Amino acid sequence: MAIEVRKAGLSTTIQDMGRPGYFHLGIPEGGAMDRFSMRVANMLVGNDETAAGLEAVFMGPELEFTQDTWVAVTGATMPILLDGEEKPGWSAFPVKAGQVLNFGFLKEGARLYIAFAGGIDTPAQLGSRSTYPIGALGGVDGRAIAVGDVLPLGKPGNPAARSVDTALLREQKSPVELRVLPGLYWHRITEASQQRFFDEEWTVAPEADRMGYRFRGGSPMEFVPREQPFGAGSDPSNIVDGCYAYGSIQVPGGTEPIVLHRDAVSGGGYFTIGAVISADMDLIGQLQPNTKVRFVKVDMETALAARKARRERLQTIREALAAG
Amino acid sequence: MKTRYTFGGDEHIFVEMDDEMSLEAFFKAIAISRAVQAAKIEGVTEILPANASFEVRFNPDIIHPDDMMARLKALESAANNAERRMTTRIVEMPVYYQDPWTHETVMRFRERHQDPNATDLEYAARINGYDSVEAFIEAHHSNPWFVSMVGFVSGLPFLYQLVEREKQIEVPKYLRPRTDTPKQTVGYGGCFSCVYSVRGAGGYQMFGITPMTIYDPTQKTSYLKDFMVFFKPGDIVKFRPIDRAEYDSILAQVEAGTYAPRMAEVEFDLEGFNADMAGTNAKLMEALNGN
Repeated sequence: MAIEVRKAGLSTTIQDMGRPGYFHLGIPEGGAMDRFSMRVANMLVGNDETAAGLEAVFMGPELEFTQDTWVAVTGATMPILLDGEEKPGWSAFPVKAGQVLNFGFLKEGARLYIAFAGGIDTPAQLGSRSTYPIGALGGVDGRAIAVGDVLPLGKPGNPAARSVDTALLREQKSPVELRVLPGLYWHRITEASQQRFFDEEWTVAPEADRMGYRFRGGSPMEFVPREQPFGAGSDPSNIVDGCYAYGSIQVPGGTEPIVLHRDAVSGGGYFTIGAVISADMDLIGQLQPNTKVRFVKVDMETALAARKARRERLQTIREALAAG
Repeated sequence: MKTRYTFGGDEHIFVEMDDEMSLEAFFKAIAISRAVQAAKIEGVTEILPANASFEVRFNPDIIHPDDMMARLKALESAANNAERRMTTRIVEMPVYYQDPWTHETVMRFRERHQDPNATDLEYAARINGYDSVEAFIEAHHSNPWFVSMVGFVSGLPFLYQLVEREKQIEVPKYLRPRTDTPKQTVGYGGCFSCVYSVRGAGGYQMFGITPMTIYDPTQKTSYLKDFMVFFKPGDIVKFRPIDRAEYDSILAQVEAGTYAPRMAEVEFDLEGFNADMAGTNAKLMEALNGN
């Protein structure tokens, strides 16, 4: 019938591809932070790619199955244990009713994606099962999963023993490179500051979650002097509250950049210096605190080429899995 | 007012009508947002109007960002001639100023504030030239407000007071944002009031709290059965000060599903307002009070 939660992990949420269309009311799209990994996990168990699965951060949950089904785990690298026996990542494997799935310690990455044949079938709100805890939407009663929850599964599609050739997965550089298209309020900081933002090495701060990732380690930014416009507030980093973009980089007080992610606030009064390109958003979902990061300046054509490359990589995997 | 267009990554275009706040900038942003909506441009996934700006999110696989930019710019001139009037509603919102819950939060985050030795209200009253907190509170609720943006989180309204520029209250945001704000706190930052729709982080100064739910994902609240978010841009709000007894009473009514916010349909015309602010506000209040 379903899956029973025996241990919840740190923060394990039900996520799908999100609920677009309500950001103008402050309700973010949400959905899997690393959409690439969630999509592939769904492909592996023969689901529609937009089906709901679990996103577990830093630590896996412990789940008991009350029915036979298929499971695939992607994203972060963590030992995957079915009744204590290790299973491969990026592969679909069958489970029997009564078996228990749990995980060892995190080795690489930050977020685990667990797909089940048929997908998790909790009630959708505003068109999505994605959990948005701030607004108490989706998930299980608007929250992360908890011990004792029973997660129903939908009707299976076409599950089978499939596996992704890891040569098809994206490579991780060190330091991690996040490509940025400068814009928005980029003109508010001096040229020297603009240059330093790209030259310096940044580190993921502990304040890193689904709403945004904070970075530290670089120099404080210097603002181009101006008389603050009416309504903005007196700090040079303040603007008249406007809307934010997914991936946009705000810098309150000019000190620590915050990249807004899938559960972004839709607006606010801090200036932004541009946005991480759409192709690199998945990558952020796999960054642990203390990871070293470089921001790399790109132009629009590079951003669009990267977006195309990501789409083609998914298509290659889709075709490889379909060919069996 | 000079319009500024810029890309926000490869999926967004941000358009700033003006870098300072005014109702003229708001009306222009709303007019273009509506023109974009009406143009039904293929690839547009979301249109977000804000106080003095707006943003369009689009799918660059469907429309090239440069083409999207050209389409938006072409719509600007049409918006310049748009009427600056709207049929909207005025809503009365009861506010318990200097309540114990926001006060407790104010005290808990003093080290993140500009003036750790004063409360948010004492600080805001002083820097805006008021002799007392009471006089400041009176200025905050004596004239109506205009919802110029909905966002941040879950249906949170930003409100701009319908008074002359020199009477506008202005305060900075907290030096470092708080990690906690009580649900339904009435806050203030820049020239805007806001009402925190849910509990959570926030950087606005805290003045009071309303017993009126404005966001309800369960849609059990009597006046949120049609949609979980109460406010939309263009709504007009009159704050009414209440005491603890009335706060408790209204809260009980909201929870019992019997509370009906007082509201009335009104016309708002920017030219008329600019010509006679006191007269316009008096008419809005007459509509609300049913005279």
